[in-house]
Amino acid sequence: MEQTILETAHLNKYFSLPERFQVLKDISLSVKKGEFITIIGKSGCGKSSLLYLLSTLDTDYEGTITINGTMVSGLKEHDLARFRNEHIGFVFQFHFLLPEFTVLQNIMIPALKLGRLSREDIEHNAMEKLTLMGIQDIALKPSGKLSGGQQQRVAIARALINNPGIIMADEPTGNLDSANTQIIFNIFQELSRQGNTILAVTHDRDFAGRSDRIIEMMDGRISDTKIATTSPR
Amino acid sequence: MKTSVNLLIAGTQLWARKRQSFIAMLGVLFGISMFIFMVSFMKGVNTYIQDTMLSAIPDIRIYNDIRTDYTSTIAGDWFRHDPAKMIVVHHPRPEKVRLNLKNAEAIISDLRLRPEVNIVSPLLSTQVFFNYGSAQLNGVLDGVNILEEARIFGLRDRMITGKPEDLLTADKGILLGQGLADKLNVRRGNLVTLATPEGTSMRFRVVGTFAFGLSTVDNIKAYVNLSGVQQLLAKNHDYITDIRIKLRDINTARSLALLFGKKYGYKSEDWESTNPSIKTGNMIRDTLTWVVSLTLLTVAGFGIYNIMNMVIASKMKDIAILKAQGFDGRDIRAIFLSQSLVIGVLGAGLGLLLGFLLSFGLSKVPFPQTEFTFMKYFPVVFESKYYFFGAGFGVLTTFVAGVLPARKAARLDPVAILRG
Repeated sequence: MEQTILETAHLNKYFSLPERFQVLKDISLSVKKGEFITIIGKSGCGKSSLLYLLSTLDTDYEGTITINGTMVSGLKEHDLARFRNEHIGFVFQFHFLLPEFTVLQNIMIPALKLGRLSREDIEHNAMEKLTLMGIQDIALKPSGKLSGGQQQRVAIARALINNPGIIMADEPTGNLDSANTQIIFNIFQELSRQGNTILAVTHDRDFAGRSDRIIEMMDGRISDTKIATTSPR
Repeated sequence: MKTSVNLLIAGTQLWARKRQSFIAMLGVLFGISMFIFMVSFMKGVNTYIQDTMLSAIPDIRIYNDIRTDYTSTIAGDWFRHDPAKMIVVHHPRPEKVRLNLKNAEAIISDLRLRPEVNIVSPLLSTQVFFNYGSAQLNGVLDGVNILEEARIFGLRDRMITGKPEDLLTADKGILLGQGLADKLNVRRGNLVTLATPEGTSMRFRVVGTFAFGLSTVDNIKAYVNLSGVQQLLAKNHDYITDIRIKLRDINTARSLALLFGKKYGYKSEDWESTNPSIKTGNMIRDTLTWVVSLTLLTVAGFGIYNIMNMVIASKMKDIAILKAQGFDGRDIRAIFLSQSLVIGVLGAGLGLLLGFLLSFGLSKVPFPQTEFTFMKYFPVVFESKYYFFGAGFGVLTTFVAGVLPARKAARLDPVAILRG
């Protein structure tokens, strides 16, 4: 049975500066559990704005978003933070690790915040995720001293630590060379194969080609949805 | 669990910028140590000055003032049957009155029964000329019970030569102020002749010299037994002019002086009214101390405010990441506020320690010695209340300085930062 993990109804978003501008127009979409979806489109089409809405970071919109059966629209900041912590894993274009901490600590922080497991268990899980990324040997390095590709893999491991219902990625390969881009592609594909739900914004059509479904956006609307032909499933 | 993550993050960030944190902490440290140092020293100076000045004056003095209030005149008596007349006497002279306290014995024994009163010392004081050889100096002769006088004014510690008790054993002994003795060029064992304005004179043998460190006393004053002055003035043995009182608590002087004045019908003055300069001096030094110290602490607070603002400006990305990962505004505020507080508490703690060490050091520095100073070292007081205040104010300053940037951090919009 295919379970819906994320559903939006009639999302509208406006920017008021420099002048009032509707960046998202009546977006309704639903994501099934285990799906790997990419959102593509030209810059300025609203794909990143949509992702920030879906990630609950941006709360200034019209319409409703339901994730994992919870209607997140209208929740308070504190509850949203808690919800993100538990249900959403993030990967950004810029790798955004906390530079003062070691790789392992960076990965552990969201789990420590959730506070569901003991420190030892969290550390064990974090090492597991690092092994999954193939970078267990850098666990104790300060995260500021890693290469871009390594950092992005650490960021993905961090996104996975709380076993989130959905992983959201904003241009995850946007800042990487082609070799590292390839590695990240493979990791996302592997994660998808393991049953993770992934929603990624990208402008890289090769990357999009590997997903289950491509949502193309133009001028704030979903212009096209297609099932990718090269999908491994 | 949750708070421990926040503390872990706060601690790691603080540690990562050790130098900056350390400098912010130095600001608080110096502010508080200077506060402690200045307060301890200024309070020490206040205490010393007060002790010195009060050593020469009693807490309360009861005496018979020359009255210039003439409500009855001879002319008034003469014309009093004629209500149509108004009597005006221009510029009346002070009445010639006996300045003694008439029921002194009763007043003294009554005062000695009061629990607030520590020491009562009767006095008969008169202007005299000191003659030695052909030198003649003007001065004041105090006839006292030397044991009580010594207790009130700490005379024992003020003696340069001789002992207060020598006055009791010697026949017609006299204790001279050191300045006076120097001017007369007399020392222990010499005889000086004292003459009163009324023309009587008597010879006394110098049995000791004293110095209070106040030239107004040391250059003019001499002590003899009460009976000595009574003889010199040809008065009875119950003739005294002043009663001086030392209280158990100096701060009750004002109200008790009022009470005694009413009760005994004589002029009764407390030390505060006769020496307003002591209080004024204390107040000026206190104000100076507090203004400078609080300014230092406030400047330290601004230092922390600046540094925390810079830190937050450079940590915008990290704040956005933390928020994206499920930290809410309260967590962010806690993270940055706890950094300020760690700086504040460490700075305050070390500041108190440094302040104490500086004060302690100063209290061991010898004070430049002169004949009239009775201070071996710089005066410093150690009072825990200033340490508590310093710590409290230091932590409060850092808290206030930390709250504003931390609140700013908590309100940051992560989307705006992540978009770049």
